[in-house]
Amino acid sequence: MGIYLPIAEMSVNVFVLLAMGAAVGFLSGMFGVGGGFLITPLLIFYNIPPAIAVATGANQVIASSFSGALAHLKRGTLDFKLGTVLLIGGIAGSAAGGVVFALLRSIGQLDLFISLLYVVFLGTVGGLMLVESVNALRLTKGGVPPALKKSGQHNWIHRLPFKMRFRTSKLFVSVIPVLGIGAGIGFLSAIMGVGGGFIMVPALIYLLKVPTNIVVGTSLFQIVVVSAFTTLVHSTTNQTVDIILALVLMIGGVAGAQYGAKAGQKLRGEQLRALLALLVLAVALRLGFDLFVKPQNLYSLTAPSGGTL
Amino acid sequence: MRRLAALAAATLLFVLPATAEDAVPLPEGIQIGLSTDRVAITADFSGADLTIFGALENPDPLVSRQGRYDVIVVLEGPARQVVVRRKDRILGMWINTRSETFVNVPVSYSMATTRPPQDVTTPDSYRQLSLGPANIYLEPEEKRASPLTIQEFTDALRERKEGLGLYSDNIGGVQFLSANLFRATLHLAPNVPVGTHKARAFLFRNGLFIKETSTQLAIVKSGFEQTIFRFASDHGFGYGLFAIGLAMFTGWLGRIIFRKD
Repeated sequence: MGIYLPIAEMSVNVFVLLAMGAAVGFLSGMFGVGGGFLITPLLIFYNIPPAIAVATGANQVIASSFSGALAHLKRGTLDFKLGTVLLIGGIAGSAAGGVVFALLRSIGQLDLFISLLYVVFLGTVGGLMLVESVNALRLTKGGVPPALKKSGQHNWIHRLPFKMRFRTSKLFVSVIPVLGIGAGIGFLSAIMGVGGGFIMVPALIYLLKVPTNIVVGTSLFQIVVVSAFTTLVHSTTNQTVDIILALVLMIGGVAGAQYGAKAGQKLRGEQLRALLALLVLAVALRLGFDLFVKPQNLYSLTAPSGGTL
Repeated sequence: MRRLAALAAATLLFVLPATAEDAVPLPEGIQIGLSTDRVAITADFSGADLTIFGALENPDPLVSRQGRYDVIVVLEGPARQVVVRRKDRILGMWINTRSETFVNVPVSYSMATTRPPQDVTTPDSYRQLSLGPANIYLEPEEKRASPLTIQEFTDALRERKEGLGLYSDNIGGVQFLSANLFRATLHLAPNVPVGTHKARAFLFRNGLFIKETSTQLAIVKSGFEQTIFRFASDHGFGYGLFAIGLAMFTGWLGRIIFRKD
C-alpha cells in the first residue's frame, strides 16, 4: 500500500516503513538504545533525502525516548539536575548544529557530511563494542569473571573548576564536562538525527562516573528534550520534518520495542553487545561503501538553499 | 497514466468569409483556450495528459489544404533558480565539487508539435524563439565562467531535466480537427511542479513563424497532504510543536498499551 509523504514529496510503501520502524524498535527494545542511529541510515538506504531522514529521525526518537523516560521517572532513576545541566549544553549544541546543517546544505555537502559522520561514529562505537564484548566472551569462557573498573577512581575531569553537586547521582563534579558532553550530543542530534544515547551512556559512565542505574533515565530525559528542540530547529529553518513518515515509523517502533525487550532478556549481555556491535559496523560499512561507488548521475540539481526543486 | 478530464474548450472564432472589399487578406492568428485556469493534482498523481484546444484565425484555405500550417504548443512551468552540481572523485569518494547556478530555469517544459520538429521550421528559428527542450535559454548567474564550463553544465541541466521527465516533447501531439480547429496533448510529469504555468502556442506557415499566443494555468496540489505541506512551510514553528506533541503522545500511548510494570 502506497503512502504519500508530504514533505519528502514521494510515495513509499507503508508496510516497508512499518517493518523498518518495527525492526529498529525491536533492536532498540532489545539493546536499550533509542534507535535513531539506525533509523536515519535505513531511511537514506530507502532513498529518502538525507536532510529529511535526519530531521524526521530526530522527531521519531522523541517517541521511544519519552516512553522510556516515563518508566525511569516512575522508578526514580532520573537525575533532573544533571539532566538539566546536560540540556543547557545540548540546546546550544543543537542550535549550532542546525546552523551548520543549513550551511552545508546550501553548499551541497550535507549528504557527504552526514554519511562521513555516520561512518566515523558508528565505525568507532561498533569497533570498540565488538572488541570489548569479544574480550568479555573470551574471559567468561576461560572461567575468569570480567574485571570491573572501580567507580571511586578519579581522573583529570574531577580536577576542573566550577564544581556542582548532583544529589541523585551522588556526584560532585565540574559543570564544564557536563555542558561539553551535552553540547556535543546536541550538535550530533541536529546533524545526524540521533538521540545520542549510544555516546551519552558511555560518556556519563566512564567520564563522569555517574551510577549506572541513573545513567539511562537521565540520558533519556536529555534526549527527549534535545530531540524535541532539534525537531523544532529543523521544522522552522529547513522545513524537513515529515510528520507522516515519523508517525508510521513511531507506530512500528513502539510495537517492535515491546517484543525486542522480551527477546533481550533471553540473551546474555556480552552476546547482546557483540550482536549490536556487528549491526552497527554493518550500517557503517554500507554507508561508507556508497561513498566510493560511482553514482549513476554525476550531476545533480538542487534549489539554491540545497532543498529539492 | 491517468487521463485528466479534458480541460480545455475551444475559443472558437469562426471566420467570416472575406468580402470583396477586402483586397488584402486579414493576417493569420492563433488562439488557445482553457476551460479552467486551475488544475488540482492529488497526492497519488502519477502523471496525466493535458488537452488544450485552439483555433487558427483567418487561415488561407489553400495553405490549409496543403497542410502547410504547423502548430507548436508548449506548457512551461514556473521559473526557478537551479544549482547544478558535479561530483568528482576525491580520495576515492564521489564528492560534489564544482557547481553552476542558473537563473529563471523553467521547472518543467512540455512541448507538443504537429510534425517532427525538424520538419516544422529551421534550427535557427527554434533558437531565435528559444523553443523546444533543446533550445530553452538557460541563463547562468555567473556569466564570467569559461564558455566550456557553462556549456557542460547547461547540457547536464537539460539532460537531468529530460531524465526526470520534466522536459519532454510529444511529436504529433498537436492534431488538426478541421481547417481551423486543433487539439494539443501535453504530458504532465508525475513530479510536475505546482505554480503558475504558461501555455504558449506558436503558428508556422511554410516553415515561417507567424504568430504566438499564450495563456496561464495554475497547477495546485490538493488534499490532506497538501494541507500538511502548507502548514509545514507557512508555520514551521507550530508544525514542529505539533510533531513533538504527536511523538510524545505516541510514546505515552505505547507505554499505556504495552504496560507491564
